[in-house]
Amino acid sequence: MTRLPAFSEDVSNLPDHAFGYRSLTWWGVIGFMVIEGTGFGLVIAAYFYLMSLEQYWAPRPLDPPGLVAGTLFTIVILLSEIPNTLVKRAANAKDLPALRRLLPLMVAIGVALLVIRGFEFNALHVLWYSNGYGSIIWALLILHTTHVGTDLADTVVLAALMRTAHGETPRRFVDTDENALYWRFVWLAWIPIYILIYWLPRMFR
Amino acid sequence: MTPRSKGRATKREPVLRDGPDLTGSDLEERLEKTWSRPRGFIGWLASVDHKEIGRRYIFTALGFLAAAGLLALHMRLQLMFPDNDILGPSAFNEAFTMHGTTMMFLFAVPVMQGVQIYLTPIMVGTRAMAFPRLTAFSYYMYLFGGLFLWAGHFLHFGPDNGWFNYVPLSGPQYGVGKRSDAWAQTITFTEVAALAVAVTLVATIFKQRAPGMTLARMPIFVWSTLVTSLMVVFSMPAIALVSGLLLSDRLVGTQFFNPVEHGDPLLYQHLFWFFGHPEVYIIFLPATGFVSEIVATFSRRTIFGYPIVVLSLVGTGILAFGLWVHHMFATGLPRVGYSFYTAASMAVSIPTGLQIFCWIATIWDGRPRLQVPMLYVIGFIVTFVIGGLSGIIIAAVPLDLQVHDTYFIVAHFHYVLIGGAVFPLLGAITYWYPKLTGRMMSERLGNISFWTIFLGFQLAFFPMHIAGLMGMPRRVYTYPAGMGLELPNMLSSIGSFVVALAVLMFVVNMAASFRRGERAGPDPWDAASLEWATASPPPWYNFAHIPAVESRAPLWDLKDDLPVVHGLRVDDRELLMTSVISASPDVREPSATPSIWPLISAIAVAVTFIGSVFSPWALVFGAAPVGIALTAWFWPKLPGPFAEPQIT
Repeated sequence: MTRLPAFSEDVSNLPDHAFGYRSLTWWGVIGFMVIEGTGFGLVIAAYFYLMSLEQYWAPRPLDPPGLVAGTLFTIVILLSEIPNTLVKRAANAKDLPALRRLLPLMVAIGVALLVIRGFEFNALHVLWYSNGYGSIIWALLILHTTHVGTDLADTVVLAALMRTAHGETPRRFVDTDENALYWRFVWLAWIPIYILIYWLPRMFR
Repeated sequence: MTPRSKGRATKREPVLRDGPDLTGSDLEERLEKTWSRPRGFIGWLASVDHKEIGRRYIFTALGFLAAAGLLALHMRLQLMFPDNDILGPSAFNEAFTMHGTTMMFLFAVPVMQGVQIYLTPIMVGTRAMAFPRLTAFSYYMYLFGGLFLWAGHFLHFGPDNGWFNYVPLSGPQYGVGKRSDAWAQTITFTEVAALAVAVTLVATIFKQRAPGMTLARMPIFVWSTLVTSLMVVFSMPAIALVSGLLLSDRLVGTQFFNPVEHGDPLLYQHLFWFFGHPEVYIIFLPATGFVSEIVATFSRRTIFGYPIVVLSLVGTGILAFGLWVHHMFATGLPRVGYSFYTAASMAVSIPTGLQIFCWIATIWDGRPRLQVPMLYVIGFIVTFVIGGLSGIIIAAVPLDLQVHDTYFIVAHFHYVLIGGAVFPLLGAITYWYPKLTGRMMSERLGNISFWTIFLGFQLAFFPMHIAGLMGMPRRVYTYPAGMGLELPNMLSSIGSFVVALAVLMFVVNMAASFRRGERAGPDPWDAASLEWATASPPPWYNFAHIPAVESRAPLWDLKDDLPVVHGLRVDDRELLMTSVISASPDVREPSATPSIWPLISAIAVAVTFIGSVFSPWALVFGAAPVGIALTAWFWPKLPGPFAEPQIT
């Protein structure tokens, strides 16, 4: 460098981690949530596009998907926000013992949700190759399932990390905080999908 | 904090930080040690340095440009004479499909992102990209996608349905073999890469700007990078989705695009163009960023109407999402649809027109130097205005229906893409070449290649307007004699070889100047932005001290010394995070070290993607290796025994 430095502010007293929008990874998580949210939005647009071409939805003589598994899934995933909020609070409070208790619970919830999801696929009353309607509701359900699965995998890794010496580093609390944020995205995205898969085919028969 | 980490903290050695006590060559040696990567082949593969990755992107993209350019020459040889038979109909189909797919997905977008990866951190005054390993991963995804497509071409399963790969031609009924799948999976690779880069660029721009570089002081190129990255984020999911739906129609028998089973082929076109139109601006807006930087430097004044240029970029970015249906005028639309999309297509010319006026005003009011980068800017303005005007013409539905699928359209989009993006790119390469290599490109050879490409381009593409108006259809491998099409086609073919010669001269100039070019100091053009404050080429750590910015043209407004902040760690990779709008120092965060895991993850994903061309089970069996590789990538390193005390 040819120019000499003229020293001004000393930044060494700044914190070395921060939660929320002050953290770099938060912006990464938000970025991927926006990308995936756009993906959900486009699949939903495709759903309405295909629906607009039909006289009846679900197309006759198909039955709409059975409600039991999907509704159970919805209830469980909405209730999961309670432990999820506790995880988020514990992460912000850097409460490692609480996280060691709560993260395995979130893992268990994720596994339970995937099991229920299996029953949901079984209750759609249409196969993905039967027609455009079947294809699009399978697409919605598969797309959401990959999100549940991805967050479950993240949570498993975090739960394991918390049992190692890594759990003590503040940045892992930031990671946990952001994983809890991502879970909110997963269940928020589910609400419109639940309506599209289970209720619109009932309302427009 | 737990007792254990407290214990660790008390044993630590003093942490080294840059500042008045640690500066100059002592600091530079230590920073070099911290920020350089391991030597050797594995170290090279494990690099997370944005300058290395940016260079790889640019070089790879230029390689694909050459390959797709050769296909173009092959097609022009075929069309040089009527009833020619150098390329038969199916080979011609494959040639134009490979040409378009390669140019759009493997050249234009990646080359722009490569330049953005290289320049953004040094323009905003930081040491690294936001997620360096993700950037490395994205490069490997891009490379594997490109190699897969071209392997397909050489092994006779290259796509041949056009760069948009429309159904039903590409669907399970008519698209026999694996050609269509090769296209769709290439798209998936490149979209993953482009999306990853977009997220890292947005995060870098929002959080890592030098203290004092408020949003209103960002270089225009950084603004254009921000806008294009956000456009990538909102548009590329559409193409990832549509190529995924096409694959699933072909592979597992879904019926998305099958009209017999309640699907619809037009759904494909909507989703494709919802991406495809913004894509044009994703290629064009970075080029306008180049132009704004070059115009300011070579007119020796700051850009005229900075807020207008920035708002034009943002406006174009938003409007670009409202025009996609003008690619589908010939499919039949409701009347109101025609009117709306015609109006929207015309409206998008307004912000671009404003930018052009601002550039002209900057040149007018400045003291312009007509060096090679500036010549490309002028070539760009002339060519792009012609292409833009033919674009406004075809926004009108009756005219569009007349010239749809003729060479008039081919002429139009080459004017806007080559004139609008490649000319500024060549100018940008000439402009930033000294920063990348420490040497200047030859001005004399640069002048010759500029005039050759500028005139050769007009010769190659202007006659296509005429051929198109005379009714010559696109994508047809030949034309009959005696229809008056011989002359325009002969001129176009000659012109295309002149363009090829000019590109060759440009590459020769790059290669020769690399060894023999005149030495460039840090700031050979006397430019204003931060990248010119560091050495050429920049060291691994970019800046010895993080610069502090007080104006839009920091280097022009300096007295003598460069104001800097200090106190970042020197013995560990540390970045300064600043606040999003005002860029005030906020947090210090560590930056990832070199790692081979992004490459291994990319290999695992590539095997999964390529396997899924043949069997859906590849996605199931591929998930485990991908998951393992990603976990290894993200597994944190333990803080060393000398970690600094945690400030909480």
